[in-house]
Amino acid sequence: MPTIEVNGKTIEVDEEGYLVNLSDWSEEVADFLAKEEKVEMTPNHWEVVNFLREYYNEYQIAPAIRVLTKAIAKKLGPDKGNNKYLYELFPYGPAKQACKIAGLPKPTGCI
Amino acid sequence: MAAPDFEIPQFQEHAVLDIPKIKEGAMSHIKSFVAGQSAQEYLGYPWELGENWKERAIERMGEVLKKYRSVRVFLDACVHCGACTDKCHYYLGTADPKNMPVARQELMRKVYRRYFTFGGKYFPWLVGAEDLTEEVLNDWYNYYHECSECRRCSVFCPYGIDTAEITMAGREILNYVGMGQKYSNEILVKVQKVGNNLGLPGPALEDTLAGLEEDIEADTGVPVKLPLDQKGAEILLVTPSADFFSEPHVESLIGYAKVFHAAGASWTLSSLASEAGNFGLFNGNYETMRKVAMRIRDAALELGVKRIIVGECGHAWRVAYSYWNTLTGIGYGGEDPYSQMLQKQLDHRYPQPMHICEYTWDLIQKGVLKFDKSKNDHRIITFHDSCNVARASRMGNEPGGQFTIPRNIIRAVANNFYDMDPNTIGESTYCCGGGGGLLTDDLMEVRVKGALPRMNAFNAVVQQNGVNFLALICAICKAQFTKVFPYYGFDMSMVGGVHQLVSTAIELD
Repeated sequence: MPTIEVNGKTIEVDEEGYLVNLSDWSEEVADFLAKEEKVEMTPNHWEVVNFLREYYNEYQIAPAIRVLTKAIAKKLGPDKGNNKYLYELFPYGPAKQACKIAGLPKPTGCI
Repeated sequence: MAAPDFEIPQFQEHAVLDIPKIKEGAMSHIKSFVAGQSAQEYLGYPWELGENWKERAIERMGEVLKKYRSVRVFLDACVHCGACTDKCHYYLGTADPKNMPVARQELMRKVYRRYFTFGGKYFPWLVGAEDLTEEVLNDWYNYYHECSECRRCSVFCPYGIDTAEITMAGREILNYVGMGQKYSNEILVKVQKVGNNLGLPGPALEDTLAGLEEDIEADTGVPVKLPLDQKGAEILLVTPSADFFSEPHVESLIGYAKVFHAAGASWTLSSLASEAGNFGLFNGNYETMRKVAMRIRDAALELGVKRIIVGECGHAWRVAYSYWNTLTGIGYGGEDPYSQMLQKQLDHRYPQPMHICEYTWDLIQKGVLKFDKSKNDHRIITFHDSCNVARASRMGNEPGGQFTIPRNIIRAVANNFYDMDPNTIGESTYCCGGGGGLLTDDLMEVRVKGALPRMNAFNAVVQQNGVNFLALICAICKAQFTKVFPYYGFDMSMVGGVHQLVSTAIELD
């Protein structure tokens, strides 16, 4: 199993770089994963990541894209509550890339 | 989009591609992630090659040959005429000769000859027979995951060899020796544990649907509902779980809901069967396919529905249309009390199951639905036939209904429609490049290159007719094109569903 090294701590990840144990996540780990993805974390990125984690805690799954865009519209304003903006933040797609940085499992299926 | 670490194929001037010169080993570096212990164990397979893997592989091959006589016929019948060589989108996009359907099949055929034919057992060098080695097994793994089981090559085979069945048999044997594919097998675990490929639990589904109801009402002023687990509803809709989760998929889900609303239908979704897709088909394992399909029968019985309608999902429609009867229906065994119960419960004035396009087209013909076509005037539309719908199923009562009905719907709800080159649609349609269990990030190079024939024909209608919308009826196609379009310089918002177009134009009271 591959691992990453953050602040001297060794953390297990899967072949695609997603955390194996959700409890290993911290803001430092998120920063590390974001760098690997070449994503520079801004406060708006953090809004998305934090919302994903909150939603996951409640429902054990990442939110549907619609649910995410609506939540972001409420927090950052209606002009930012759309798929296009989320792709600007996370160019490889909000579902997969943002989930990885948030320490959540990769969503699977026909998506 | 991050810069890809592979070369994006170039468009050609004509809609139909030239045949590329072969590039030996061009895709041999591609290996999809192998499934880990937990998924393999759940599905009843080992998770690593044991010492006796070779014996196990040959044993399983023998069983597959007995169970599916078609596979033996296909392995025996090929005369290497070459008609299939240039018909595969993966060959056209990658130029790797092992992606010629005949060569991909030959990977198994040479082993079959060695262990199961007289000539191969005693004079292997005379008949092109070869021992099963780890190298051959690895070739199987690579190239049986560079086939989307789309069956385009079969259309052109003078013997009607169904290459997909060889791929399916190959994957089944690979699973049996401990080399399953991570993507498909993890999904097969989720659908059985949670109810859908995404792993979307009931409460999350409920929350998502409630949010969509709010959106539709805010948008239209009409309280269109998306009922869940409603006992006594007339219709059960089973649709790919991506419809709940992704863009543009969700736009079609909204479209189905509006159609049901406009028709005044009583319908429901099910949290138990919140997935139409059935990756058991891709793996070529009948028992897994049955277990996944059984959830839908259980949900139908529990909810007491009279009709089952399938949403926009290509392979789901193949499984529903061609396999449900023998998997879980009356064909499963006339003696089975639950299949009998379901038969009595269903309303046989309607086809069972029914495709959502059949349902909508029927209502359009009866004049039940009203549209303002001009609302789609900003779109210039073309339609991509999904492989499993095109070549493994039917819609309506006329031959070719699976081609005409979705196009009829588009023409009924929009003014601007142009078909792509006739050699690339209908039963000759190219796969999107992501079907059959290949829709995973670790196969992105295969997906992008395999999409070339479709993208090239699409580009031709973009250039000639100004097309700006690719209409689809499959969740895999939608996800694949959304991902692949930017590699070819197109915007992902040009991808959408047929019922997304319906949703835009439908008039609700």
